[in-house]
Amino acid sequence: MNRVQLKNKNLYLPVLILILLVLLAVLPAYLSVYHILLLCHIFMYIILTVSWVIFSGPTGYISLASAAFFGVGVYTAAMLGYALSLPLVILSAGLISVLLALLVGAITLRLKGIYFTIFTFGLVQLLAHSLLWWEINILGIRGRFVVVVDHYTIYYTVFTIFVVLMLTAYLIRRSRYGLALRSIGEYEEAAAHMGVNVTMLKIVAFAVSAFFMGTIGAIMATNWTYVDPFIAFNPTISFMPVLMAIFGGMGQLYGPIIGATVFTYLEEILITRLPHLYMLIFGAAMIAAILYLPGGLVGLIEKWREKARSSPCFFKKKQKRGAEKRDVNA
Amino acid sequence: MLMLELEGATKYFGGMAAVTNVDFQVNRGEIVGLIGPNGAGKTTLFNLISGDLRLKSGAIKYKGQKISGLKPYQICRLGVARTFQLVKIFNNISVFQNILLGALFGQSRHVSTAHAAAQTAELLDFVGLANVSCTPAKDLTLVNQKRLEVARALATKPELLLLDELMAGLNSTEVTEAMELVRKIRDQGITVFMIEHVMKAIMNICDRIIVLHHGNKIAEGTPLEITGSKKVIEVYLGEGELAYAGTD
Amino acid sequence: MIVESINILISAMLMGGIYALIAVGLSLQYGVARVFNISHGEFIMLGAFITWSLYTIFNINPLLSLVISGPLIFLAGFVLHKTLYRSIYVSSGGSTAVFEGNSMLASFGLLFIIQNLAIMLWGADIKGYSFLAYTLDLGGFVFPANRIVALFFAIAISVAFYLFLGRTRLGKAIRAAAQDAAAAELMGVNIKQVLALCFGFGTLMAGLAGVLLSMSFPINPLMGLDYTLIAIIVVVLGGLGSIPGSFVGGFILGLIGSIVSAIEPGLVMVAFYLIFMILLLVKPAGILGR
Repeated sequence: MNRVQLKNKNLYLPVLILILLVLLAVLPAYLSVYHILLLCHIFMYIILTVSWVIFSGPTGYISLASAAFFGVGVYTAAMLGYALSLPLVILSAGLISVLLALLVGAITLRLKGIYFTIFTFGLVQLLAHSLLWWEINILGIRGRFVVVVDHYTIYYTVFTIFVVLMLTAYLIRRSRYGLALRSIGEYEEAAAHMGVNVTMLKIVAFAVSAFFMGTIGAIMATNWTYVDPFIAFNPTISFMPVLMAIFGGMGQLYGPIIGATVFTYLEEILITRLPHLYMLIFGAAMIAAILYLPGGLVGLIEKWREKARSSPCFFKKKQKRGAEKRDVNA
Repeated sequence: MLMLELEGATKYFGGMAAVTNVDFQVNRGEIVGLIGPNGAGKTTLFNLISGDLRLKSGAIKYKGQKISGLKPYQICRLGVARTFQLVKIFNNISVFQNILLGALFGQSRHVSTAHAAAQTAELLDFVGLANVSCTPAKDLTLVNQKRLEVARALATKPELLLLDELMAGLNSTEVTEAMELVRKIRDQGITVFMIEHVMKAIMNICDRIIVLHHGNKIAEGTPLEITGSKKVIEVYLGEGELAYAGTD
Repeated sequence: MIVESINILISAMLMGGIYALIAVGLSLQYGVARVFNISHGEFIMLGAFITWSLYTIFNINPLLSLVISGPLIFLAGFVLHKTLYRSIYVSSGGSTAVFEGNSMLASFGLLFIIQNLAIMLWGADIKGYSFLAYTLDLGGFVFPANRIVALFFAIAISVAFYLFLGRTRLGKAIRAAAQDAAAAELMGVNIKQVLALCFGFGTLMAGLAGVLLSMSFPINPLMGLDYTLIAIIVVVLGGLGSIPGSFVGGFILGLIGSIVSAIEPGLVMVAFYLIFMILLLVKPAGILGR
């Protein structure tokens, strides 16, 4: 492979992505409100899934707290939406989610696998029940109305979050911290002996992931107009990103995008007609996948993680190219 | 200069004493061996030094600084690195990146990625893994995995290296190569403290040997002194290893 | 004051008995069959709704429903294990991690299926029925009859099962399998049968608990999840895999729930989650855990 070919290959992908982004940016002008909001819905799940993968992908800590951070975002929008400008609301939502993640992370990231997962799930229910009690008993209300925002603003906010997220995810992945996170997922104890401050890194990654979940929660809330604790803190929002990541692929960045897009589109088509049938079929599909895929869903997860780790042999630029290429084991 | 000092190190697991009142010192530039029957507390001692376990009482000092309360990553950055009895490599990550991680995070000061990559390349040559640098670690042979662990530990630029049974599972040729590697490491100025069962290695490369039994230090001295010690021979009588020191 | 306290105690025992039942069910499924059954609560819901249907449509006494729904739900669990979970076991190639992961995800799929089936069959609203809704006058103190009866049956079932585990051959086989399935198999226990039976007993407990719950409280198709979580909390509280632990844990949680309910009813689940989270942090092995 000579230098010229290499250059072309390197430019191909970024140009394609740029074209795609420009297309997505101008698309709303040509779509109906329904389709714009459908796109927002798809983006929402992409953002949730990719955020989830930032932390849970490399480290293997399956978090079910996505709904908690999303719900925090929703409620921030509900409570501050009338008082602050939209950008400030979105940012606050993200920051409050970060605070929650730092708190929860510091307490629980010491727990082993399944306990961490159950704990994060409990968190969602805890927040929902607490908020409900607070609203009914202390404030005397049930649910709130969220400030209404026009659909173009919603779309562009969602789009912005998406772009920033993808950039962040990409940068983390290529950085030393991405490598460190993957090493934590492989052998946490050994990573600590390599000088990696494992606890801090886990908490920070968890918090970064939470930030984006909070922001998307805030903007989507403006689309729903009315929210209550159980609408905001909905366990499905915790489960779906996990499943989308498993089915779409947890390794590369485009995997979650594919998984989220396919699922959300299917959901949109089916959910208006027979929402419960959709969920039922979904459950059946899960079981079918477990029975017929080699290794079931766990095998699929392992496959993605292997693909993610073994292929990029970074930082080879400075090496003796010729000698190395002979020996590369791909 | 004193690299490592243990003073009255004691560790209990529940009601059972794993390590009791162990005192010793390791000087800069030495290769010190730690031997003892299975269950004597050798790996526990290593775990105490590297920060995986906390002392019940006593102190551990590195270059005069107390490290007994610190976390493993902090101890690593100060300059103490270790390998493990059962290799703990990052299976699905390439050999290159396994080592790179150590170079990026384990040194006492921040290094640029390019610099770390260069250091990694040197280490690959040093341990002899240059031709498998892009292989996922789990696909390596055992002896290469051990080499990888050593390279990874060295990437953190330690001044004290703890080797936990490096030779276990290696054949005769591989043991000789490993011994050579340990000497090369010492020649780089790194102090080595090693747990070993393979007597050939211990007797031939160690300057001093410490003997542990039931968590107590029962002897300390040069290889010659140790092989001559009645106490040590008694302890090993069931194992019958010591009598064959120096042969294969 | 005394009446209040006794009412709290009765509530505590009732809820404790029910919690103990569902926790023992989950414990059997995870401790013996090694299936982390997230759809456990859905079987509780099924028991409740079958009872409701039988009562409101055919006027069948809910207590009779214990004998009808019970075996039905037991059979469902038994067959499920023999077909679904056994296949997963076989395809997992001997790796417990793979089996446990896949079987948990499969239970997840089951949750989706059963819950949505229920919504499609019975609608999503809250339902209830009135059975033994009068009060009993015992020595000047007044108690709701349905709760007393439910309490009686909850305790009776718990005790019966406890005796079953301790005294019968099958019970002993189950306890052996809970300790070490491989060893039990070597000792002659027909492990495939026992595991399926255990799973079936697990769903049976859930179903029976559901019947009893429907007698005293309103029900809805989404009720399962909270109960699954309560079962998890009790199992963790009492020690993962320990059946006596689940009994004890259930009653402790019932007492706590009852006290909190008397002070501030909306905070019961909050209290449970807080206790759970504190437990996980302090002692994940539970009170009597291994």
